[in-house]
Formats: sequence, C-alpha cells, structure tokens
Amino acid sequence: MFASRQFWAAIVVVVLLAALPLWLSSYLLGVLTIGYYFGVFSMAWDLLFGFAGEVNFGPTFLTGLGAYAAGLLNAQGVDLPLCLLAGAGAAVIGGLALALPALRLSGPYFGLVTLVAVLLLQQCIIIFAGVTGGEIGLTMNDILSIDADTNYWIALGFMTVSGIILFGLSRSAVGLILQASGQDAVEAAALGFNITKHKLAAFGISAFFSGLAGAMMVFYLGTASVGIVVDIAIGVQVIIAAILGGRRTILGPAVGAVLLILAGEALRPLGQLSTFVVSAVALIVILFLPGGLLGRVLRPRGRA
Amino acid sequence: MSNNAPLLEVSGLSKRFGGLVAARDIGFQIAPGEILGLIGPNGSGKSTVMKLILGVVRPDAGQVRVDGTDVAGWPTHRIAQQGVGIVFQHSRPLHRQTVLENILLALLPDSFLRLRAGRVALDRARAIAESVGLSHVLGRRPGTLPFADLRRMELAKAIARDPKVVLIDEPFAGLTMGEVESFAELIRGFRAQGRAVLLVDHNVKSVSALVDRVFAMYLGERIAEGTAAEVVQDPQVREVYLGGGMTTATRPPVAATGRKPLLQVNDLSVLYGKAQALDRVSLRVGEGEFVSVVGLNGAGKTTLFSAISGLVPYQQGSISWQEGGATVPLAGRSPASIARGGIVQCPETRELFGDMTVRENLDLAAQHLPPGEGAKQLAWLYELFPKLQARERQTAKTMSGGEQQMLAIARALMMKPRLLILDEPTLGLAPVIIEQISRALEVLRNTTPITVLLGEQNVTFALPHADRVYVLEHGRMIWEGPPGRFAAEAGEGYL
Repeated sequence: MFASRQFWAAIVVVVLLAALPLWLSSYLLGVLTIGYYFGVFSMAWDLLFGFAGEVNFGPTFLTGLGAYAAGLLNAQGVDLPLCLLAGAGAAVIGGLALALPALRLSGPYFGLVTLVAVLLLQQCIIIFAGVTGGEIGLTMNDILSIDADTNYWIALGFMTVSGIILFGLSRSAVGLILQASGQDAVEAAALGFNITKHKLAAFGISAFFSGLAGAMMVFYLGTASVGIVVDIAIGVQVIIAAILGGRRTILGPAVGAVLLILAGEALRPLGQLSTFVVSAVALIVILFLPGGLLGRVLRPRGRA
Repeated sequence: MSNNAPLLEVSGLSKRFGGLVAARDIGFQIAPGEILGLIGPNGSGKSTVMKLILGVVRPDAGQVRVDGTDVAGWPTHRIAQQGVGIVFQHSRPLHRQTVLENILLALLPDSFLRLRAGRVALDRARAIAESVGLSHVLGRRPGTLPFADLRRMELAKAIARDPKVVLIDEPFAGLTMGEVESFAELIRGFRAQGRAVLLVDHNVKSVSALVDRVFAMYLGERIAEGTAAEVVQDPQVREVYLGGGMTTATRPPVAATGRKPLLQVNDLSVLYGKAQALDRVSLRVGEGEFVSVVGLNGAGKTTLFSAISGLVPYQQGSISWQEGGATVPLAGRSPASIARGGIVQCPETRELFGDMTVRENLDLAAQHLPPGEGAKQLAWLYELFPKLQARERQTAKTMSGGEQQMLAIARALMMKPRLLILDEPTLGLAPVIIEQISRALEVLRNTTPITVLLGEQNVTFALPHADRVYVLEHGRMIWEGPPGRFAAEAGEGYL
C-alpha cells in the first residue's frame, strides 16, 4: 500500500493543501477548514456504512454529543484539550449505548433508531436551554486559535491523521471482517466471527472520530448550535458527501465533503437556490455514478 | 482418532415455526472420517436441521454435541469456533477482495486488535488454495471466476477453519459431470483427514457414491436411515419420492398429438451468472392438456416457468403462444402483458398479499375482468374451495399453509387463465391437505377446459392428474412420456 501511486498522490495532495494559506484569503481558508471537519464526519460515517454495512441516518447524534459535551464542560472552566477528549468520550459512550440495543434489530430498524436519536438529542438541547443555550447556541470560553492559517492547518492535520487511521483500518484484517459481516452476516458468523462485537467496535471508532471532530469544530467556530452540529439536515449533508465521494473508499467521502462545502459556499449568491442546485447535482451523481466520484480511482480492481 | 467417539452427535432436536413442525426429535451421530447424507425433498426440514446445528436457528429442544460439548442454543460464531464449518450453497464472497484475501478472511482470529494477518496465515491460505486447485486464480476477484471455482473457494474457506465437523449444502448443485468428480475427491479428502462430514441434498442418488450412511427426512421427521442401498429400498422413501399406490387418471387422457400446441418452448437456455439453470429445454402443452414437469428442487422448474411468464430473461431459444388465432412469440413482452394474455402463474412462494383478506386478494385478481364476471368467478371458486368462503374476512398471513395454497390457486384462477402454471403447490404441506388440493384439481380438470402446466417434485401428486409427464434434471429434459410409464422408465433415476 505504501509503495502505490495512490499513496504518493495522496502525499502530494496533502502538501499542496498545506501550502494553500500562501495564496488563499482567510475567508476561503475558513470555508476549507469547515470542509475538513465535515470530511472527518463523512469518513467516520463511511466506516460504519461502507464497511460494516449499517446505515447510520443520524451521524449528527455523534457529532452533536461530542460538540455539546465539550462545549458544556468548557463553560464550566475545563481546559480545552480535556474538553476535546471528553467530547470524543461522550460520543463513544452515547454511541455504544445507542448501538448496543439497536444492533439487535434487523433490517431498516437500526437506521430508524439512529434517526430518532438525533431528534431526541435536538429536543434535549432545546428543552434544557438554560444550560445548553437552546436554539441560540452555546458560546465557548476558549477557541482553538484566532489565526486563520493556524486553524486551517489544525483542521487539515486532523483530517489527514483521521484519514490515515480510518483508511488503514479499512484495508486491515479488521476491515475484511467488517466487510464480511456487512455482506453476509450468517456466513461471517459461520467463519467464527462475533459480528455484534465487530460492528460495535466499528460504531465506537466511528463515534470517536465524529465526536472529536464535532468538538474541534465548535472550538474553531467559538460557538455550538443545533443548526451546525445536530440538525438532521447536517446529517443528510454528511451522508450525501460520503456517497458523492464514493462510499467504501474512506478517502472519497472526505473529498466529497470538502467539495460539498465549497459548492455550497460558491453558490451562496443564488440564495435559496443554492441548496437546490447542490442537491440536484448530488442526485445526478448518485443516479449515474453510484460508485461516487472517487469510486473508480480508490477501489482495488481485479488483478490479472 | 484413536477412539471412535462421534464428533457430531445430534439427539432429540426439535423446532417449530408457528404451526409448522420443521424438525421433530431428530437424532444421528457422525464418527471421525465418516460421511453422512442428510436427504429429503424440498420442505422436509433438512435445511432446518443444518441451521439448528450451526446455531442460525435456535432449537426448541434437543442436543447438538460437537466433540462431546453440547452447543445447542449457542450463537453461530461460538459454534463455529467449537469446530463446525459449513460450505454454503449460495454465498456472498467479498467481491472487492481477491480470492487469496477471501481465504485469508477465514484464517483471521475473532479479534479487533490484530490488524495484520501474519506471514504464516498468508502461506497457509496459499497452501489451502493449492489443495483445492485455486492456485492459478489467487489474484483474481470472485466476480471473474467460473462457478466451479467459486465453489472451490467456499470449500477452501471451510478448510481454513480446520473444522472437526463439516456441513456441506448441496455439494454438487450447478456443477458439470467432470467438476462433480473432482469435488467428490475433495470431500473424500475430509474423510481421510478424520473430519465428520454431513452432506445435505435432495435425493440419495446425488450423494450415494460418497456417503457411508444416509438419513432421510420428510415433513420434519426421520423416515429412514441406513446405507444408500438400504434407504433407496425403503418403502416409505419410495412412497415419498415415487408415490405409493399410484391412482391413474379417471378421465381419458387428452391426446396431445394432432392438437395445436397452446404453448411451445424450443431449446430454451437460461444462465444465472455462471450457473446453467436451463440447458436447451423444449416443452409443448396442447390446448386442454394437463402437463406435469417433475424434478427435484434445483432442477430448473421454477426457472422454466418464470421464463415463460417473462420474469426471467433467457439467453437462447424461443417461447411461442396461441393468441387471437395466431402463434405469437412471447419474447420481449412484459410479465403483466403475458399474464393478461392468459398465462397465469401460481408461484412456489405463493406471493399472497399477507395483510389483505382472502376476499381482497381475490378481488384484486379480478381487476381485469369485465364487471359482473368477477362475482360469477368468485362464486365458482368458493364452490371449488369452500374453506376460502369460510375464511373470507381473514387476512392471508394468518391462515394455515394449506389454506394459503388454496387461496394462491384460487387467485390465479380468478384471472380466468387459458394456461394455469402451478409451481410446487404441495410444498411443505401435510398429506391430508395435499389430498384436498388434489381433489380440487380433479374437479377443475373434469369440469373446465382449462390447460394446466404443473411443476412438482412430489410425484404422488404430479402423476395422477397428468396427461403427459416431463422429467427435468440439472436443467435438462431427460424424459417425456405418459404417467403410466414413469415408474418403469424414469423412476429409478429419480430416487
């Protein structure tokens, strides 16, 4: 894997991206920064859907838990690094508490449970507005950095490291077992694999990166609000990004997420129409390129 | 292997699904190096027994001892770890990984912490691939392999687990004669390695060259046990497969010759991916004739009927049909158009609308009839199946299997078909119910000009009504003739 052309191409891309602050305005850097955090959301989602075969309709349940856990602790005066860890931890604990009973269900019910979980979290935040800031949002005491370049590099670095870990995991022995469980659960069990255990672990890893990314994003923005880290519409965007970029590729979803955020920003002058245009393009890609934009590049082809 | 204690010991195994007894008090043992054939017609419960052993389905009662440990009720992965391996008939391999990686998967430990399969595992995967004859395709992906090699890969995965007990579901399905021999050789290899092998198949014939003993099931119960030769001679087995005292038709058979064929199938071939489901099959059904196609599960009956109904595309051959006084080809017509043209199929799976009542299911089928016609047809059907009238307001899914089958037939008849295709109407039904359906068919035959094409593995049911019989085996028509000559000419090959 390390000798392949793909690997060197990825290094070149990361180096080029790291050099972007030399040329781009701080406004564009800000857009990309958000795009990179979304990239991590999408990659984490792809590990669960593309490999373990479980559709998580509520990726923002995990990002939201991470973001608000970190934000609420920060409001109590806890240091920023500890808050980030707590955010990731909260997402893992919340995610496992949800997945443990949900994975017993078969068919579309796992997806429905995750969808309902987002609504519950959103309502909880609104009901306890006194603590959480409700619909207005929660303002952070600390932020990652005030410098746009630094924020950009932190986000890029975080996405790169997450990408390496998640991609490596997907190509590892564990990735094989996960794919087998997702494709044919009975056969995977007959080969001696405890499917529930492996899917739970995948959910936990997905939750860790989602929660950490959510927490980091609110410390970048300086505020946590339902509309940015919890709303169902955000979750749909994460899923569209993953499918747009190419599911089961891990790296594709990151590319899809960045493109989606950039497109949304570029089309902002269209007002209401911008969402329509982005959705229409996503629909066309899903219908005519079901493998996604990077599907062809990143999938191993049959050798010989 | 010094002691000959059985590696697999099944006793008192029972399972009910609602009202259906899928397995009752099943017990057998397999010693190291022994091959047992578990046979029974479709719906006999043999697949359930296999699932019970593997833990895919939890038994209601009974024991499954693997090398002395009772694993009944354990989750599948723990039973697999205990030493039970299976070769599935249909599997979904990892399509984006190579053959080598697919075999490697079976060698991985059940751990989330071991990220790399070591050198040793890789070498072992290569060795196993070589032992089953896959060395030349290691780097290819499963989708590019011929069918026989896919089966080899499944075998390799089972070997990789080094199981004490190997379950093999329909070991030779879809294979050519030459491939069957090399597969049999690989399975004999299990015997030499001291594993206990359970072959699950439809009839004795397909496994007789390989097995030490045969255990025969029917309707969830044991009906015979012994060597292949003994089981073939067993009167109960003969009755299940060949039909006991065969009652011959009460009406004079319709002469097929000289009649205009209503349906004509010529040299039809169907491929499912790489498996050949039908191989140059020809069939003719005359107007008013009752034609039975008998064949075991997997012989290709359903594929043949689905091709006629337009549900399955065919690669070769033609199907023509009498419509409006002319012979028209059916190729390219949609299933709905073919059904409206008069060919109505009553599928093996019944396909009832479970949440609708009996009446709603029937009314739905009457949608294309002219007004007034529906009520007449309904009255006639209620006369044919009085049970359905009694259950008019009951939802279809709450009825017994036999009642559902009657409803499925009635629904097909509601459309006033010119050709009624019945696919396995007796599947999984008790003899009493089969008797009732048989009587209804007899009434149908004697009082209406309807043409029927029946597909059955149950010969007792298929023969009495038929004017003509076809025998389908491994996708080929191997015999055609009047029902009276079946037992003498085709019966032996069927057991």
